[in-house]
Amino acid sequence: MNLLLDAIRWVFDPANYGGPNGIDTRSGEHLALSGLVLLIAVVIAVPFGYFIGHTGHGRGIIVPLSGGVRALPTLGLLILVALNVGIGVVAPVVALVVLAIPSILAGAYSGFEAIDRRVIDAARAVGMTEWQILIRVEIPLGLPLLIGGLRSASLQVIATATLADYVSGGGLGHFLFLGLQTNNYPEMLGGSIVVIVLALASEGLFGLLQRLVVPAGVAARQPKDVRLRPVRSQTALG
Amino acid sequence: MIEFRSVSKQFPGGTVAVNDFSLVIPSRKTTVLVGSSGSGKTTILRMINRMIDPTSGSIEIDGEDISTLQPVKLRRRIGYVMQNSGLLPHFSVIDNVATVPILSGMPKKKAREQSLALLDTVGLDRSLAHRYPSQLSGGQQQRVGVARGLAANPNILLMDEPFGAVDPIVRAELQAELIRLQRELDKTVVFVTHDIDEAFLLGDQVVILETGGHIVQVGSPTEILSDPANDFVASFIGADKGKRALTIRKTPRGEILVDSEGRAAGVLVPAQDGADR
Amino acid sequence: MNWIANNLDQVGQLTLAHLAIALPPIVLSFVISVPIGWLANRLRWSRGILRWSSGALLTLCVLLYAIPSFPLFVALPSLIGTGLRDPVNVVVGLTLYGIALMVRTSADGLAAVDPDVRESATAVGFSGWSRFWRVELPLSAPVLLAGLRVVAVSTVSLTTVGAVLGISSLGTLFTDGFQRNIPAEIATGIVVTMAIALIIDAILVLVGRLLLPWVRATSRAGGPRTSRSVKQAVVT
Repeated sequence: MNLLLDAIRWVFDPANYGGPNGIDTRSGEHLALSGLVLLIAVVIAVPFGYFIGHTGHGRGIIVPLSGGVRALPTLGLLILVALNVGIGVVAPVVALVVLAIPSILAGAYSGFEAIDRRVIDAARAVGMTEWQILIRVEIPLGLPLLIGGLRSASLQVIATATLADYVSGGGLGHFLFLGLQTNNYPEMLGGSIVVIVLALASEGLFGLLQRLVVPAGVAARQPKDVRLRPVRSQTALG
Repeated sequence: MIEFRSVSKQFPGGTVAVNDFSLVIPSRKTTVLVGSSGSGKTTILRMINRMIDPTSGSIEIDGEDISTLQPVKLRRRIGYVMQNSGLLPHFSVIDNVATVPILSGMPKKKAREQSLALLDTVGLDRSLAHRYPSQLSGGQQQRVGVARGLAANPNILLMDEPFGAVDPIVRAELQAELIRLQRELDKTVVFVTHDIDEAFLLGDQVVILETGGHIVQVGSPTEILSDPANDFVASFIGADKGKRALTIRKTPRGEILVDSEGRAAGVLVPAQDGADR
Repeated sequence: MNWIANNLDQVGQLTLAHLAIALPPIVLSFVISVPIGWLANRLRWSRGILRWSSGALLTLCVLLYAIPSFPLFVALPSLIGTGLRDPVNVVVGLTLYGIALMVRTSADGLAAVDPDVRESATAVGFSGWSRFWRVELPLSAPVLLAGLRVVAVSTVSLTTVGAVLGISSLGTLFTDGFQRNIPAEIATGIVVTMAIALIIDAILVLVGRLLLPWVRATSRAGGPRTSRSVKQAVVT
């Protein structure tokens, strides 16, 4: 318990703020890195996911492939990329984008697949073009599951970004590695606490967003009954 | 004989599903409880095998108060057939039928043999025995449901809208099959439906229910048709102006019966024996 | 390629060390989670404080799941009194993750059992206990299996992170390869880790086919409700 108190004291110690290795600076780096990674992953994964969800094509290839990617050890990928492009921020970005893609991809296409087929049929029957179906029906109705995918991805990325500093990529991992080398427990634990707080903040934020993006009509119809709730998205973690 | 004595059921939310319900259900006859939704008919049925326990009043089977019996044992000796068949999706057809005998301790092999014979009884081909319920049509599933209900050779068979989810043609087949089965097996059948035609077709005794399990009329189909207790019954069974309000119309070629809309419904023929069920 | 040929022994030993760390959490988290999931599911149908505690239990799992692995491995020794480089830290940490994921999956899987089927099982005379073992557990098994597969794959992959702390596993090939600048060593680590994950996954799928024959029959026939939640659990 003493250690935990020491760690909390470390987190709130003004001496640990400011400068290139301050908690504030490192948190900022951590969040900037995570945000950049999510942005790149969204740009890559969402169009792919929507394509698969709308057309049903490519599912047989992409699904097993993204399953395989989940088995990929992020630490290994990170180091392998770092050996090729040099240490710094590039390797973590590449490794984390690869980590984030499967969840976002799955969120995108399963969001489409979860839509009642009769709704799509009806949209087509009243004369919507395929584009209109995509933009007016599928994207809004699929949004909650896409946000769910983003939520998992964000959690994984924030968590795994602690490894970035292993190849000098910055972020909160700095305190963990430094603490490890110097056997400074309060610093290790304190660094961990900051990462956990960021991860929980991301969970809370995306959880809230997930509720907000449910279209009004759907929310009214949505059963309070837990039996009918879709199984929560599950993903490997980092 | 099943006897309800001033039975009431109030659910935790406060809804009174059944209020002071009394009824004698005779043995070896088919009793049909008919009413719209909210009439408490399913609640009444489920109280017989203690799926639901009454808040007050008592229910006796052959003079034995069922509240003194263990629910699980009681259920194993009462057949139960429900809408959508209620089959276990992970058991093959034969294992579904054999469920109750095996639960009651019959050796598996014997239970399966006996279940095969039951498939014959309900008119199913034995080749279906090793399929899963999802691989059968709705009508076939319902037959398996009936076979399962009969498997423990119960004296009482409870049927909760068993044919509600199948199409009209299959429903007619299943109804005819049930009438044939009942002639052979002589069970005490308690049948719940909202379809008055089905009630008149199957029931020896028909019980018409209103909200809260209030009995509006009890009697044989003939009694109810010939003497509806009140306007509600008359309109419910369609005797006031529906398809059962028939009038004789003379035509150049003879007499026909027409309904209240003036559509031809049938002809008059001399009475046969036993027409009064 | 040369590197592998010259270091087969080391790769073999690290593979065994890796399995020794990764397998216990997979088994343990499953065995521990199903009863907790069952409880959580039972509680969420009750009222008042009990219902609230179910929500709290599931939220706790989400929180646990949100803790990054590397910091957790670092923090655990000070909480459970092990040494900083003790493999037990990784085993305990990974078991906690497995539980965080499986409790929720178990609760959802049990909740997804068609209420009509549950009713009919009660009506034909299953007692509470036999209904759980013979109806609810088998019917939620596809969802449980899907969850277990996710746990297995992520556990095998996360085991490598322990190497950063100096705990031997295939992850050692990454840290060692980094320090000595041998890409082949790192690539070998990645390939072998993935191979183990995919083999365990394949074994689980196979076991599922043997134990749950009705699932395939049902999905071929167009399938009732269970199959959809299964698909969802597998894809997301």
